[in-house]
This record gives sequence, C-alpha cells and structure tokens, in this order.
Amino acid sequence: MRRSFLFVPGNSPGMLGNAPWLDADALIFDLEDAVALPEKDAARDLVREFLRSVRKTKEIAVRINSMDGDLWKRDLEAVVCPALDAVVLPKARAGDAVALSAVLTEMERERKPDSRTGIIALVETAAAVSETEEIAALPRVNAIMLGAEDLSADIGAERTPSGEEILYPRMRVVYACAAAGIDSVDTPFTDVRDGEGLKKDCHFARRLGFSAKAAVHPSQASVINECFLPSPASVAKAARILRAREAAGGKGVFAVDGKMVDRPVLERAERTLAAAREAGLPVPEE
Amino acid sequence: MRTGTAGSAESSDILITVRDSDVLSVTVRSSVYEYFGKSIEKTVREVLRERGADRVEVICEDRGALDGTIRARLKTALDRMEGRE
Repeated sequence: MRRSFLFVPGNSPGMLGNAPWLDADALIFDLEDAVALPEKDAARDLVREFLRSVRKTKEIAVRINSMDGDLWKRDLEAVVCPALDAVVLPKARAGDAVALSAVLTEMERERKPDSRTGIIALVETAAAVSETEEIAALPRVNAIMLGAEDLSADIGAERTPSGEEILYPRMRVVYACAAAGIDSVDTPFTDVRDGEGLKKDCHFARRLGFSAKAAVHPSQASVINECFLPSPASVAKAARILRAREAAGGKGVFAVDGKMVDRPVLERAERTLAAAREAGLPVPEE
Repeated sequence: MRTGTAGSAESSDILITVRDSDVLSVTVRSSVYEYFGKSIEKTVREVLRERGADRVEVICEDRGALDGTIRARLKTALDRMEGRE
C-alpha cells in the first residue's frame, strides 16, 4: 500500500536507522532540501551505505538533488542499487523525467538487472503544473507528488491552512494521475504540532481523490495511514452494493438505499473492498 | 598536512578525523568501547585497506554508530582529505 510517504533527512544516521520501523508505507531518504550544501557528500555516502545494508520492510525512495545543477548525477551514482525502489525527482519537468529515465535504464543494466526503478515526480513549479498530464503519462513515473511550499513561492501565493491557493494544482495532479493509473501524493502538512489540522487536511485530500500524502515527521504517518484507509461505513456500504448486484441478477442499473447504482459505482465499491482487504480490515461478505 | 573530518557528535553517529601520517594509526573513543571498540576498529581498518590508505592517522569519536555509518563517515573523511567531492 502507498498511503504515507515519509521524508527522512539523508545525513542523520539515527533517523535513517529507525526509519524502517516507523509507520510510513514508504520512506524517502532526502538528499535535497534536508541536507546543507557542505554536507551533500556525507549524506550521499551515508545513504549509499544504508541502502546496501538495510533490511527492507517497505518501499524506499531517494530524493535526489534537482536536475538544474550537477549534484543529481553523483546522487544517482551513489544510490542506484537493488534496494532502491524509486527516485523522487524535485522540481520535475517532463524533459527532466525523460532524461532521468534514460540514465536509470543505463545504470540498471549493471546494477539491478532484475528490477526497475520508479520515478516519483515532485510537481512544485508553475511550469511543472502545466506539464502534469505529460509527466504522469511517462512510462517510469509511478506517482506524482505535489510540493505546495515551493509552488506557492513560485506563483507568489500565500500558503494558508485551508489551501485554496493550491486547489487548482491539487485537482490537476489528481486528474492526471487517475488518467495515467498512477498514485497521486498530496503535499505534506508542515505544522507538525497540529494533529487536528493534519487530519482535516488528509480528509480533504482524500475527498479530492488523492491516494496518498507526504509526511515530514514520523508522527504524521499513522494519522495519514488511518485517513487514507476506507472507513468502516464505506466498506459496509461497498459490500451492500456488491450484494445487491447479485440480487439484481444482471440488471445494469439498480438501487441501494434509494440511490442509483451503475457501473462506476460498482467499480468504486470493488476498489474500496480491495483496499480494505489489502489493509487487513474486516470486510463483510459480498 | 592534509586533514578530513566527517560525521557528528550526535547520537548514533561518529565523528571521524583523518590526517596524513608516516604510519597507520587508529584511535577509537567510545562510551561503549568495552563492547564495540574492537569491532569499530576492525571496520575502520577494513575501509582503509579497501582504499589503500596505509599512511593516515584516524581518530574516531563514537556515539553508538552502526557499521554502515562508520564506513560512510570514514569514506567521506578520506575523500575530503584527498580533496575529492
């Protein structure tokens, strides 16, 4: 499952060492914003050693430095190995993602011939928002993450708790990812002391259609996981809908609780039950 | 004299300083030296052997670092001493 993506500073041995046992579904070892320029080499060496010795308990990605400088090449040289599931590309543009994919293909031939490294494209500039659909459709891209802090700075907007300034890019990411069949990851909630605010933000993102959310503190992961699980009520309703389908005996359209049920509703019910089963939630008989 | 330092005095980390020397010497200071001192020194000597670094002085201030952290910090310190990035 991919509900929570936790950023872990790449130059902190203590945090890297504890990360595999945290609640997040996926870990992102950060070589970019969490590491000061004079420590980039040390973080790269540390993450490399960690990836080579880690006992994998969950998906592991590395956020490399952006492709508008040179550091990203050394980052890739250090981290591409069998334990690496994905590369997070900051300030992603479609052309960068294509170039990164080509470099990964070359490196994988020798280093990990049996597995393919995904790309999680971080959309955090106005230019990237305008290319969201193109980025989502690229073969190696398996998720798009929205980076609202950089994005609002880029467009000159003020970040607000309600987030109306990022509603347009949020919707754009959700639609592009749904069309491409990949995961949409909402921007992190940066006030790590505000648990209620995080819950509200998660539920809002979920209602918009996001499949996951980024986390910047370990305590946020379990809240995100909980919010991005199907609720007991939605699981019960999905099971009722699928039971009613059997009773309807092949009718294309029927009603449950007085509401029309047709193919899209059935598909949503099936997705809800599949997600509940994957998470080990109790699922009533269909 | 060339010198390189990497790591920190934070918990789970190790601060390693390397400098040119006529002979190879490794000094380990650790609050858990009694249990892990030998193992830390063994890891340090392994990395030095892999790098062909036999004329350096290495000083390690350990704060409970795991093997991979020791290897990474020593590599960074050697690279910094040699002016590689």
